Amino acid sequence: MSNKESLHRRRKIVSSLTTTITAVCAFFAIAVLLIILSYIFVRGIASINLQFLVDTPKPVGEGGGIGNAIVGSVLMTLLACVIGLPIGIGAGVYLAEFGENLFGKTVRFLADTLIGVPSIIVGIFIYTLVVLPMGRQSGLAGGLALAIIMIPIVARTTEEMIRLVPDSMREAALALGAPQWRVTWNIVLPAASTGITTGAMLAIARISGETAPLLFTALNSRFYNYFYDQPMASLTVQIYNYATGPFDVEHKMAWAATLILITLILAINILVRFLTRKRF
Amino acid sequence: MESKISISNLNFYYGKEQALHDITLEIPERQVVAFIGPSGCGKSTFLRTLNRMNDTIPIAKADGTVLIDGKDIYAPNTDVVALRRKVGMVFQKSNPFPKSIFENIAYGIRINRMYENKADLEQKVGKALHDAALWDEVKDRLNTSAFGLSGGQQQRLCIARALAVQPEVILMDEPASALDPIATQKIEELIVELKKQYTIVIVTHNMQQAARVSDRTAFFMLGKLVEYNATQKMFTNPDERLTEDYITGRFG
Repeated sequence: MSNKESLHRRRKIVSSLTTTITAVCAFFAIAVLLIILSYIFVRGIASINLQFLVDTPKPVGEGGGIGNAIVGSVLMTLLACVIGLPIGIGAGVYLAEFGENLFGKTVRFLADTLIGVPSIIVGIFIYTLVVLPMGRQSGLAGGLALAIIMIPIVARTTEEMIRLVPDSMREAALALGAPQWRVTWNIVLPAASTGITTGAMLAIARISGETAPLLFTALNSRFYNYFYDQPMASLTVQIYNYATGPFDVEHKMAWAATLILITLILAINILVRFLTRKRF
Repeated sequence: MESKISISNLNFYYGKEQALHDITLEIPERQVVAFIGPSGCGKSTFLRTLNRMNDTIPIAKADGTVLIDGKDIYAPNTDVVALRRKVGMVFQKSNPFPKSIFENIAYGIRINRMYENKADLEQKVGKALHDAALWDEVKDRLNTSAFGLSGGQQQRLCIARALAVQPEVILMDEPASALDPIATQKIEELIVELKKQYTIVIVTHNMQQAARVSDRTAFFMLGKLVEYNATQKMFTNPDERLTEDYITGRFG
C-alpha cells in the first residue's frame, strides 16, 4: 500500500516538474520577443507623427519622414507576392502531388539550398541579370530579388501542408469521378489553405525585413516613386541609412521606422488571417 | 440472374508481392455481395480493383479481366473517371470534405455536370440525403460544416455523396466498422433499402453483418477466394471446411 502511495507521489512530482520546466521555456521564448517589441515601441513611438508618415527624407534638422519608403516597401513586396506566391504555391503542389521522381527530388534539394543562400547573393544575381542590362537600379529589380527569396520558402511550406491532407480525402473525390486536377484544385488546396497561408505569411514577413538584396537592386530614393522602372525607397534600407547616420535625430527616426515596419507586417498578418479564415 | 460484374482469373500484385490469386467471381445485379475474411486476406484490395482505385498506387498491377456490364474495365481505352462515376465507393473511415453538408453532396453533381440549374441541384442534393436516410437530421443545417455531424451521420453523408452521382454499383469498405451498434443498424437498414436500385459489394469483418445484409458471401484467405455461395448456405452449411472454421471462430 505504502509502495503504491509513494509511486503515486513520485508520479505527481515528475508531472508538475515537467509542466513547470516547459512553461519556463515557453516564457523565455516569448519574453525575448516581448522585450524586443516593447523596446522598439518605447524608442520609436515618440518620433511618430503624421508628418513622419507622409514626408520624404530631408537633410538632418529639417524633419523628414518615411512616406516614400512605406510606399516603396509595399510596392516591392506586392510585386514579389504577385510573382512569388503563384510560382511558389504551384511548385509546392507539384512537389507534394507529383514530385516523387528525379525531377521532383532535384527541385526539392535545390529549393532547400536556395532557402539557405544568403540574401545578398540573390541581390548580386539580380544586379547582374536585371540592373546591369537596364542600366539602373529599379523597383522591378528589388521586387524580383524579393520574389526569388520568397519562392523556395513558399514552395516547401506549401508542399509540407499539402502532404498533411489525408489521402482518404483524395480517394473520396477520385471515387466520385473527379479527375486528378480537380481533386488537387478544389479538395486538396482548400483543405491545406490555412497552412499554405501561414507559409505565405512567413515568407512575406521574411522579405519585408530584407535589406541586403535591396541595396544592389532597388537602391533607394529620396522621392515618392510609384513606378517600377526607377530606383525605389524601402523601409529597411531607410532604417539602415538612418541608423548608420551620425546624428541622434536620425537614430530616433530609425527606431520609429522600425516600429512602423513591424506594425505593417502585423497588420498584413491579421488582415490575411481574417480574409482566409476557415468557414468549415 | 443477370451478372453486373464478372471477374475472371484476376491476379493482383503490389510490386513483386502477389495480393490476389486467380479470382473468378460473378456479382449479380441488384444484390448485396459480402466479402469476408481475416485481415490482410486481400478483400479490400479486391474491392478496390472494381473501380480501379488501386491505380493511385504506382507499383500496383492487375491482370485478368473485370467485366462490368460486359465491358472490360482494364481495357486500355477505359475512361477511369467515367468508371468511378458508375461504380461509387464508401470508405471505412468517413471522409467528408471540409465543406458544408450541402456542398459535400453537391460536389460530385457539380464536377460531373449533372444539373441544369440551382433548383435542380438542390433537388438532387435533397434526394441523395433522403435516399441515405439523413435528410430529417440535417435539413435545417445544410450550410453548416460536415465535421459537425456525428460519426454515423458522417458515414451516411458519405453514402449520400456516393449516391448523388447516380452510380449503378456501390462498393463499401467496412462502412460500419467505426460506428456504434445503433449507427451500424441504420447503415445496414440503408444497405437493404439501397439494394432495390443498386448493386452493392461490401467488405466486412463482422460476420453477423454479412449474414444480415448480404445475398451472397465470398470468403477470402491469403489472397485466394476460398468459397463463394449464397449467404444462407454459407452460414449454415458451407462447402469448405475452412469456411466453417472461420465462421464459427474455430480458426487456426
